[in-house]
Amino acid sequence: MNTVVVDPVTRIEGHLRIEAELDDNGTISRASSSGTMIRGIEMIMQGRDPRDAWAFTQRICGVCTTSHGIASVRAVEDALHYQIPQNAEIIRNLMNGAQYVQDHVVHFYHLHAMDWVDVVSALDADPATTAEAQTCISSWPNNSTEYFTAVQDKLRTFVESGQLGIFTNGYWGHPEYKLPPEINLLAFAHYLEALAWQREVAKVHAIFGGKNPHPSFVVGGMPSAISTQGEVTAVNGETLAQVGSIISEMRTFVDQVYLPDFMAIARFYKDWAGKGEGLGNFLSFGDFPQYDVSDETGFFFPRGAILNRDLSTIHPVDLNDPLQVQELISHAWYDYSVGKHTPLHPYDGETDPRYTGPPLPYDHLDLDAEYSWLKSPRWRGQPMEVGPLARVLIMYAQGNEAITESVNRTLAELKLPLTALFSTLGRTAARGIECKALADQMELWYRDLLDNIAAGDVSVFNDALFDPATWPADARGVGFLEAPRGALAHWVVIRDGLIDNYQAVVPTTWNAGPRDNDGREGPYDAALRGHHLHDPTQPLEILRTIHSFDPCMGCAVHLSDPNHSDLLTIKLP
Amino acid sequence: MKEETLLESLHKRGVSRRTFLKFCTVTASSLALPKHLSEAFADSLAAAPRPAVIWISTQECTGCSESLLRSFEPTVETLILDHFSLNYHNTLQAAAGTAAEASKGQTIRGDFGRYIAVVDGSVPIGEGGSWSMIGGRSALDVVYEAVERAALVISVGNCASFGGLPKADPNPGDSFGVDELMAQQLVPRRPLINIPGCPPVPEVLTGSIAYVLAFRALPELDQYRRPKVYFGKTVHDCCNRLTHYVEGNFALSFDDEGARNGWCLWQLGCKGPTTYNACSTVRWNQGTSYPMHSGHGCLGCSEPGFWDKAGFYEMTFEAPAPGDGSTCTAPPQTPLS
Repeated sequence: MNTVVVDPVTRIEGHLRIEAELDDNGTISRASSSGTMIRGIEMIMQGRDPRDAWAFTQRICGVCTTSHGIASVRAVEDALHYQIPQNAEIIRNLMNGAQYVQDHVVHFYHLHAMDWVDVVSALDADPATTAEAQTCISSWPNNSTEYFTAVQDKLRTFVESGQLGIFTNGYWGHPEYKLPPEINLLAFAHYLEALAWQREVAKVHAIFGGKNPHPSFVVGGMPSAISTQGEVTAVNGETLAQVGSIISEMRTFVDQVYLPDFMAIARFYKDWAGKGEGLGNFLSFGDFPQYDVSDETGFFFPRGAILNRDLSTIHPVDLNDPLQVQELISHAWYDYSVGKHTPLHPYDGETDPRYTGPPLPYDHLDLDAEYSWLKSPRWRGQPMEVGPLARVLIMYAQGNEAITESVNRTLAELKLPLTALFSTLGRTAARGIECKALADQMELWYRDLLDNIAAGDVSVFNDALFDPATWPADARGVGFLEAPRGALAHWVVIRDGLIDNYQAVVPTTWNAGPRDNDGREGPYDAALRGHHLHDPTQPLEILRTIHSFDPCMGCAVHLSDPNHSDLLTIKLP
Repeated sequence: MKEETLLESLHKRGVSRRTFLKFCTVTASSLALPKHLSEAFADSLAAAPRPAVIWISTQECTGCSESLLRSFEPTVETLILDHFSLNYHNTLQAAAGTAAEASKGQTIRGDFGRYIAVVDGSVPIGEGGSWSMIGGRSALDVVYEAVERAALVISVGNCASFGGLPKADPNPGDSFGVDELMAQQLVPRRPLINIPGCPPVPEVLTGSIAYVLAFRALPELDQYRRPKVYFGKTVHDCCNRLTHYVEGNFALSFDDEGARNGWCLWQLGCKGPTTYNACSTVRWNQGTSYPMHSGHGCLGCSEPGFWDKAGFYEMTFEAPAPGDGSTCTAPPQTPLS
């Protein structure tokens, strides 16, 4: 049996290895995802001040830089029954919302696009046709023959210099690249534009959190006092107006660039609506309170679970129930004091690393034994997919008006059935769909913040329980958050004012964790099984499906097939 | 492979001499170079060929790479398309797996002694190096190979510089920064610049690289191998709340009247007086803010071992002497067009 190894999987955050076993036809019969890096942060948390935990755990990930910080302060606040001001909830929503929109766009252009876009092929494009395509798909103003000629010249000069830099050794010319050169050029132009755009979005974090990456948070609210004296603090009338214009720029870019580009590209890859399905089980912890995090009925992204593609039942989820969220380590490089095959709820979770893989360097892991630094999280014993597709399916199942309309229109434009969502392309579409919904919603949160301030409420922090002397001897709590990549929660146990146990179960662990005691695959492995590799030495297909688990897009513009008579006939949303 | 100088490369890309000089002025300004060096800076940059850079990510969170993406002066796209050839970068490169490793290998062999190795993340040496593995090899092995043949090594972020979060007590994976590995002779000693911060200020990261590209020399470094031009003053020295410190106006809670009036955060645990970095001069995200300006004390993230010093809300024990803010240089505000 032939085994294809992809290590490192690039254009992701972090360190991932895929070993894919192929049958005689070049089809993946078993795929195994391995997390190849550990820092032991949960071990480092022991005995520390719970108020400091956000800064440590924020460094779990510098890409979704708000996610772990907010999950951590929420865990401590939950443990202490610590109420925070409404403005702090709104600001956290705005910061996390900006994170989503920035992250999904960056994922699409800088992490995922090169699975679909042949950059080198853009050199063969007719810039005038690219400009025509741009006109058809949206009213984005950076559009003229001269503009795309200049972008193409820049790319040509770069390629002809002989130094391809980050584009070195891409699978350029692979027959699975289906886009016409003109669309490749369009996407490359927007690759560059999105780099500039995302820098502006990050300013929302800088205003409220002082910097991005890794803005500041605080247990009890937000540390960014709203200035009563003009520009003496970073949050003042001028910068609040700036937040408003950045939100507006975010929405424009999503509506005029990201979503139209997704539709333009998706038209050429409709076969990927039938591949990469995965498990059919989906989980969301819910997020974006309105504005009480303990009231899940107000969440913009609802909480719930879907099993076996059954959209008629959304199962309730309880993060404190010891029988719901559990972690297994049968195929992971850890020990549990209760034995290797007993699942543990995170309150009782343990982090005891013990590497049992082959000595380094190695060519292959022992895939029938332990093969990953990721544990295997389960919900009621089931492996679950988390992320945009899970959120969109739950909202669709519940009849969320904006999401339903967006999903139906996207599928109609692509002439695909609802079941097409259960795929690599569907996962990528769901990211765009929720990105637009969230970008639009941010405008409303922003107005609520301004209304509160106008009414004289500038409170962002509650001092009542900040002093550990006010805490009970024993407390425990869970802080959850829907990160761009999916359901995230931190469980903290506090004893005598210090951290007694800290466990984080993160989205990629749900999606990329190894097989469990019963041999059941996690979402990555299940999604890859059955993929046919055109050329096992250039496993582009593996990258497409794996990258689809990180963000992407969707919406309502329509670019027809190349052999179709209505080429470039576009309907704007 | 044909080599071209930066200026040739820029001309081909339609960058005018005027724009180029503006870039030099901005970069020189962000480096606080004396005026008479600006011209030399421009000439030096123009004559430089486009060097290869390989960026090795080990025990890290990708925050340092994200910081690179946030730089306004120069931008990441300017750097990677016009100024150097980024031949390996886990987050940005198109190629994956063996194709990605091949690109790195070609650089290490083909540009022997001429490329820059950037390390982002700490390197664990416990348990056979199994806590950080890339392509079936230990991070130590990968870093050793990249460092051995590099002209220069740049440690980006606190993890690569000093061990960072993974090294925090109890340092469960036996993790170290590159400088310590060199000191222990676990990797070869090569010219090394540390650019700490969690992550580094974007323009401190890119400005330091621009200096190296321009002068083919190390900038003046402090005892921790940090460029003095960025790490020569504490963030307290140049904080816009410094006058409140001098006058004894301290916020006592994150949302009291003092906090809303921008008073000093020292009593809320700010580590600014003992933290050398450019946050309060260069600032973050095109000068938008920095932690104290947005109301939270400095965590001290550019200092060795900051995770294990006083808690982030513990007042530092010794009352520091008030700094002299008068010599602070204003951050450069003109973006590279």
